[in-house]
Amino acid sequence: MFLALTLAVTLAGIAPASGVTAADRPNDGGSTIQVTWTRSPDEGIIGYRVLRRADGAVEWDTLTMVGRFIARYNDQAAEDGTRYQYAVLAVSDTAAAVSEPSAWAASKPQWYNSERTTALIGSLIFTFLIVFFTFQARSGRKLFIRRIGGLDAVEEALGRATEMGRPILYVPGLSSIADVATIAALNILGEVAKKTAKFGTPLIVPNRDPIVYTVAREVVKEAYTSAGRPDAFNPDMVFYVTDQQFAYAAAVDGIMVREKPATNFLMGMFWAESLILAETGASTGAVQIAGTDAIGQLPFFITACDYTLIGEELYAASAYLSHEPLLLGAIKGQDWSKLLILGLIIIGTILQLTAGVPVIDIF
Amino acid sequence: MQRRLPLLLVLVLGIFGAAAFVIPHPAVRGVDEVMRNDVIRIITAFSLVLGVGSIIRHHLIKIRRKAEHWPFSWVTLITLVVSAILGLFGGIDPASPGILFRAGGVGRFLGTFHIQVLYENMMVPLAATMFALLAFFMASAAYRAFRARNFEATLLLIAAFILMLGAVPLGRMLIKPLPEFAEWILTVPNTAAKRGIMFGVGLGTMATSLKIILGIERGWLGGGGK
Repeated sequence: MFLALTLAVTLAGIAPASGVTAADRPNDGGSTIQVTWTRSPDEGIIGYRVLRRADGAVEWDTLTMVGRFIARYNDQAAEDGTRYQYAVLAVSDTAAAVSEPSAWAASKPQWYNSERTTALIGSLIFTFLIVFFTFQARSGRKLFIRRIGGLDAVEEALGRATEMGRPILYVPGLSSIADVATIAALNILGEVAKKTAKFGTPLIVPNRDPIVYTVAREVVKEAYTSAGRPDAFNPDMVFYVTDQQFAYAAAVDGIMVREKPATNFLMGMFWAESLILAETGASTGAVQIAGTDAIGQLPFFITACDYTLIGEELYAASAYLSHEPLLLGAIKGQDWSKLLILGLIIIGTILQLTAGVPVIDIF
Repeated sequence: MQRRLPLLLVLVLGIFGAAAFVIPHPAVRGVDEVMRNDVIRIITAFSLVLGVGSIIRHHLIKIRRKAEHWPFSWVTLITLVVSAILGLFGGIDPASPGILFRAGGVGRFLGTFHIQVLYENMMVPLAATMFALLAFFMASAAYRAFRARNFEATLLLIAAFILMLGAVPLGRMLIKPLPEFAEWILTVPNTAAKRGIMFGVGLGTMATSLKIILGIERGWLGGGGK
């Protein structure tokens, strides 16, 4: 077949593609061979057909047809360890011309993705800083953490609810347990529940995700036990509502209007329902403390809530509320990492703009 | 042991999950994908049973106590049972009928009342109604946001005014470069602020994950791990 195609080249006089190369794609899990070629100089070419044959096979198989401006193809159907040879057939309206075949190539899976080295080094430095400051905190060193208005207001908001004899509503976001924001929300819930247990304030925790519901129930139960009020824990204070986004929003709105909580906590991940919840809460006169890492929802919370934890403040909240030295140490490590990144950005910008050093390529 | 086992599991699986980020080999990625997809699905299936149990208990308590609007709890419970029966035994839609809708089944009295029909004709319009409320809430929130109570609110008001005016033909008619300036506000100062928050969020996410993996943060275990 290869000879027949070569003959066609001669007859039609079409220039074939040249310089066909085949090599294992680096940094992947195998099964992929990268094929590249230099396009035919012929103007009449309409596309290229990529041909492949396995070691020992006589026939060439057609893998795909690509457009005339394409000079690269990833064969993702290669069997690891099997050697393949590739050729490219330039096709015009009237004829076809085949290239010289590539060298033999085989795919194999890699154990390390070198493209992620920068991220790995950054993560290791970050981990070191967190561990270092955690040990510093453990050794008794006093760490300064800036005040966060929204979290300072928690105690006051709980006291208000107790005085008014109204419940506290805690919404742990609408995302699943796989979302770190949800875990942060559950950590804050534990601290809030300890305080409601201490003050004897009713707590309402409606949930959208069944796993989040089970974890939230355990968190609240344990918080009541650790506050010395296991008798005050009512399993019905944490309940599952629905996994439908707007049905959940309607249910929580209903709770806000019927139960008139004195304080609403909206913590975790939110989507379009954020404003529906926050505006309904504001209309009932409740003190509202929100916290999310969803940048798109932050303006709604800032507008409709009394206090908003912006982005990372959500993650720092449980440490801030618990005053646990080990957790505060981790926040310190986080702050130093930010300082490091800021320094790198400034130095990189100066180097790139003044000396033309391609700093951006390092990352 | 009750606490050590979950902490050990989190430590091992956390390090494994982080390692999978830099190891593309199928031996690692395959296990990682099973953990992320299959194991979570199995846990969700079990927790869903607990979730349904929670709904039933919550509404039965409301009915027993004759809490405010308690008759609606009956609506929830009846709807739950009906949709469960339809979903489990009626098939998804008329094209794939379950035993309820096969020959001789009671479904012949229900016509095309399948779970998909129920979903498309009840859940979807109700959800759309809730979503539509957002327009009104946006108006009331915008009014609150744009009251120039302090310096930040005044800045917000001015920026919003420029953006809104820049987005309509009248803006260009009044001041020619206004749309470009509005675009600049959106792409430069706004993006810079967003990226700053994103940096914090990224580091916060990593720090929280690390604290959980290393067992420093134990709030998710309940009671702070004491």
